[in-house]
Parts: sequence; C-alpha cells; structure tokens
Amino acid sequence: MSAVLEVEELAVRFRTTRGTVNAVDGLSFRVGEGETVALVGESGSGKSTAALALLRLIADPPGRIAAGRILFEGRDILGLREDELREVRGGRIAMIFQDPMMALNPVYTIERQVGEVLALHAGMGREARAKEVVELLRLVGVPAPEERAKQYPHNLSGGMRQRVMIAMALACKPKLLIADEPTTALDVTVQAQVLDLIQSLKDRFGMAVLLITHDLGVVAETAHRVIVMYAGRKVEEGTTAQIFKDPRHPYTKGLLEAAKWEEVDGAMLREIPGAVPSPFDMPRGCAFSPRCGVAVPRCRESVPPLVEVAPGRPVACFVAQEGPS
Amino acid sequence: MSEGRADVVLEAVDLVKHFPVKHGLFQPARHVHALDGVSFALKRGETLAIVGESGCGKTTLAKCLMRLDEPTGGRVVLLGDDITHLGQGALRGLRRRMQIVFQDPYASLNPRWSIGSIVGDPIRLHEKVPAAERRRRVAELLETVGLDPGYADRHPHELSGGQRQRVAIARALAVNPSVIICDEPVSALDVSIQAQVINLLKRLQAKLGIAYLFISHNLALVEHISDRIAVMYLGQVVELADTRSMRRELLHPYSKALFSAAPVADPDASARRTRIILSGDVPSPVDPPSGCRFRTRCPWKQPRCAAESPALRAVGDRLVRCHFAGEPGFPAPLA
Repeated sequence: MSAVLEVEELAVRFRTTRGTVNAVDGLSFRVGEGETVALVGESGSGKSTAALALLRLIADPPGRIAAGRILFEGRDILGLREDELREVRGGRIAMIFQDPMMALNPVYTIERQVGEVLALHAGMGREARAKEVVELLRLVGVPAPEERAKQYPHNLSGGMRQRVMIAMALACKPKLLIADEPTTALDVTVQAQVLDLIQSLKDRFGMAVLLITHDLGVVAETAHRVIVMYAGRKVEEGTTAQIFKDPRHPYTKGLLEAAKWEEVDGAMLREIPGAVPSPFDMPRGCAFSPRCGVAVPRCRESVPPLVEVAPGRPVACFVAQEGPS
Repeated sequence: MSEGRADVVLEAVDLVKHFPVKHGLFQPARHVHALDGVSFALKRGETLAIVGESGCGKTTLAKCLMRLDEPTGGRVVLLGDDITHLGQGALRGLRRRMQIVFQDPYASLNPRWSIGSIVGDPIRLHEKVPAAERRRRVAELLETVGLDPGYADRHPHELSGGQRQRVAIARALAVNPSVIICDEPVSALDVSIQAQVINLLKRLQAKLGIAYLFISHNLALVEHISDRIAVMYLGQVVELADTRSMRRELLHPYSKALFSAAPVADPDASARRTRIILSGDVPSPVDPPSGCRFRTRCPWKQPRCAAESPALRAVGDRLVRCHFAGEPGFPAPLA
C-alpha cells in the first residue's frame, strides 16, 4: 500500500513557566491509501498534539514543532509556505474535532460555513455552492437538507452538528481525514450512526482516516492499524487484530483489560496502579515503569527504544523485547 | 417484584419532574418532561444501575432523589420515611443516610479547602465531635479510600483526577450512609484509572453494605458493577431486570439498540454482532411523542404504538414498557 502520510521522528515541545514539555517525542508512523489508522492513548499521551501538528495547527508560542518530517503525498508539510499550507488544510487533508459546537461558527448559517470551504478550495460561485451544500448535507444523512442549510448551528442537535462537520470535511474530497475524538461528545446510538457514516464515505471516496481516540471500542470497530501512545511516545504498533489479540506492551495489555472490564480476581478488575506521570516530572527510563507490573531495573535506567518483536510489530519495552509473553 | 419491604433502603414511587419552559405572553405554558412516572426500589447492599443517553432524565432523577430538585409528583422513600416534602432542616438529618458522588471531581471539591476540611465537613455538620476526633476519623477515611492520611493538608489542585474522586468518595462515606448515588463517577477519569475507582466502590460495598444507585452511560461498566439494570428513555424506565438476565437477552427495542450500539473492545465480537442503527435523534422532551415515546425511532413500530402508551409491565423475570415485548417472534430480525 502506498503511503498517503508519512510521519518521521516528529517532536513537539511546549515552553511553559515550569519548564519545557516534550508533548510528542520521536513519533513515526504512516497511513496507507484508504487505510484507517488509530492513534490511541489517554490524556497527556500526545495524540491530539500530534494530530494538530500534522496540519501545523500548534500555537507557536508556546508550542513548537522541534523536529521531524511530515510527508503528505510526497511533500513535507513542515516546508510549505502559508498559502500552500492553506490549500492542503481543508482541501487535501480535512480535520474534524470532538466538539462540533466549538468548531462551527455560531453566527453563520450552515450553508455559509460549508459553502466557504467550496469557495476557498473549489472556487465555486454562489449558486453552485448552495446546490452543492444541499447535496453534501444529503450525503451525510441530514434530513430536510434544504431547510437545514438555512439554519444556524444552535438549531441542530449534537449528532447533526457532527454530520455538518463531516459534510464540511468532505466538501473537497480529501485524501486524508483526521478525526480527533469524533464521537466522544455523542451518545452511543448517535455515535453508531456517525461511525457508520464515516465508514461508508471512506469506502465511497477511498479516503484514508487517522482516528485519534481513547476509546478502544471505537478502535476495534473501525481501524485497520493501531498505534498506542503513552506520555508522548509510541509504545506499540500493530494491526487491529494483533493489538487486541496479542498485545505486547504491558501498558497496552492493561488498557485492553480496563476497556473490557475484565474481571480477574473474583469480581474485581485488574488495575493499572498510579496515574499518568506529570509532563514536568517524568520518571527516569521508561515512562510507564512506575506503574508497570513486570518492570526490571533496566526499565528505570534508560528509555526502551522501539524494536520490532515481530514483522510490523514495533514495541518499546525491554521485557517484551526479551522474549515471548 | 416481591422483595421484602424491610430490605428496601430507597424507593422512588411514580416520580415526576416537569421543568417549565420560557414562553411568550400569549403562548401556552410548556414543560420539559424530564421524569414521567419513574419507580424502583433499591435494596440494602445492592447496586442498581440507571442507564440511558443524554436527556433521558437520569441526572434529574438523582437530583430529585437527593431533593436537590423538587419533584413535581410522586414520592421518595428513604429507609421507610417519606422524604418528598421534608423541610430543609429535617432533610439535613436524612442526608446522612444518602450521599452523592458526582461525575466531575474537578468541580465537586472546593478548591480553597484542604482535603481534610472537605472530608471532615460532613462530620462537623452532622455530629458534635471534638476536632481531634474529627481529624482521626478523616485520616481513617482517607486510608479507607486508599489515600495517604498526609493528603489531609493538601488541596484539590495538588491531586490527580483519580485521587480527587477518592476524596469525593471519602466525603460521602464520612457519615456512614446507607445509600450512595454515583452519578457517572468514572466518566471523567482516564481508562486506566477507572478500574481503581470501581474496585474501591466494590470493596466498600462488600465491607459496609452500602447500596449504590449507579448512573452511567457506559454499558460495559454497568454490566460489570450492577446487580440490576434500569434502562431509561425520555424520562421513563423502559426495561428493568437483573443484570444476568439482561446479559442473556434484552426485550425492549430501545435496550436492544442501545446495547448493540455500544462499541466493544474486541474486533471479533464486533464483527459477529448485528448493530441496530437507529435513525434520527432523541425527540425533544418538551413535546414527547404520543403513545410510546420510542416509536419515532423504533424499527418495529406499529399503529398501536402511536395511539396507546405502553405501561411498564412484567414479562417473565423483568419489567418492560413495550406493547409487543415478550410476544413470540418479536422483534423480527431486521433486514
């Protein structure tokens, strides 16, 4: 599969009054054409920062893309001029966010907002735009699209707003859709509708999806490949089947048990002790070692590099690298 | 259900809560039907889960039970006493028996108070004990919830989300309640922290015999923690049964859709499963649909559903609010 997106050694730093934070550190991955890749992690894992960095949406200052390359269709995003970047954003790469109410402008009609994308990227005239907006709304399953187009975001429910966001994202038939927790703010029955919609549109337009989420249930249902992040670094990668059936990193294992509410000891759940470390107070060595049940002294001394334990299965864990679990 | 009355610690009888909606001078008054006839009985040491999506009334239910909102109709019975119309003074005494833990531990703890004052406050309010005794009890409570007693001198901002939720639980435990209402107690926490808090709640229940009314939208969690599950839709209970029978089979079309829509962290299981994708959104609770409230989204609706509103009736080992649930061949498989 040829890659739509290739990220190499991406590093994002934030300068704060309490010191410099490495929000994303040495992150590399690729997204193939038409592929859905999930970037999974908890708060502070760097997954959303990485997603924003892909479109150079990190506020500078305090943030800075300190190193790395982001190759999209062969061009390095980090080397683009502002006007070139604008063409890519919302054109070839579209992004949808968790909270559609925050991402939509409350004082413009749906028609105007969705239409703006068409004006900017496709240079369409007013009448053609109005028609296309209705078509797009119909495509994403908004009922009575002619009426909805004239309404404002506050007239719409959360699920409808997320559909409008998706319509906007699809307006220019992007090659890559970055979806940052697209269904986290939605109820489960509406979440199912929206995931279903993304899936069918992806198949129809052959678009690749980079899904940012903390919800392993959503990952299991939609992704081809999974990248697990912890404290700014990739700790494991594999196909969805590999990650769910044969997780190698102790953190991935813990996360899966937690997500399945697996009962281990009578009616009790297996716990991951402690909490995600503060970025100002990162432990020495492996960031997960203070919470890890299998850590050895070496884990507390140096950061484990990503090593392939099987073809296509890089894992950043000394213990997992030493032998089969 | 014919449980012994003596075993019941908290009972809701036909609870109704309507909120008035702002209206124009010449427009008729309208109401949000947040709760419409909710009844259940929570037994000693039991966990009853209330599940449903936003707008189903689960949080309003918690507030009405705690009397933080005044119910429009129906009764709340706590340990045999009708508390629906008690004045604030008498209520304070009863709140010792029923406590609440909220979703957001960032909002529910006063940022200016030390952890010791937060946890000790209910003791100060409800019991006249010397300060030294109170400090000793606070230290004990912190240990019970797995925090170092040294945290008593710290402030909420120094704690992580999971630790804050432990503090909220310690505060609830301070007055030895019989019932704790847990309103989405782990939804704001990271996945890896949720198991810690859930295990803590389970351990406390085993040790102290507290009953939990556990409000959640997380179905996998609810299946793990609860003895019984009540599914709510637009202000009404639509299905109520033992967790074990719910796992085996769901009878109400909405319960079926809800549980089938929840993503499972298992690619094989999700491939095997038939998801019921509902069309449309939850209707507005200002003008709930006539007849069955779920009929506007129900894939199996019949003419009768619009004409006649179904009662919550016993079908086998459970209660269901659907005209057709339990009939052979219902619901027919979807194409």
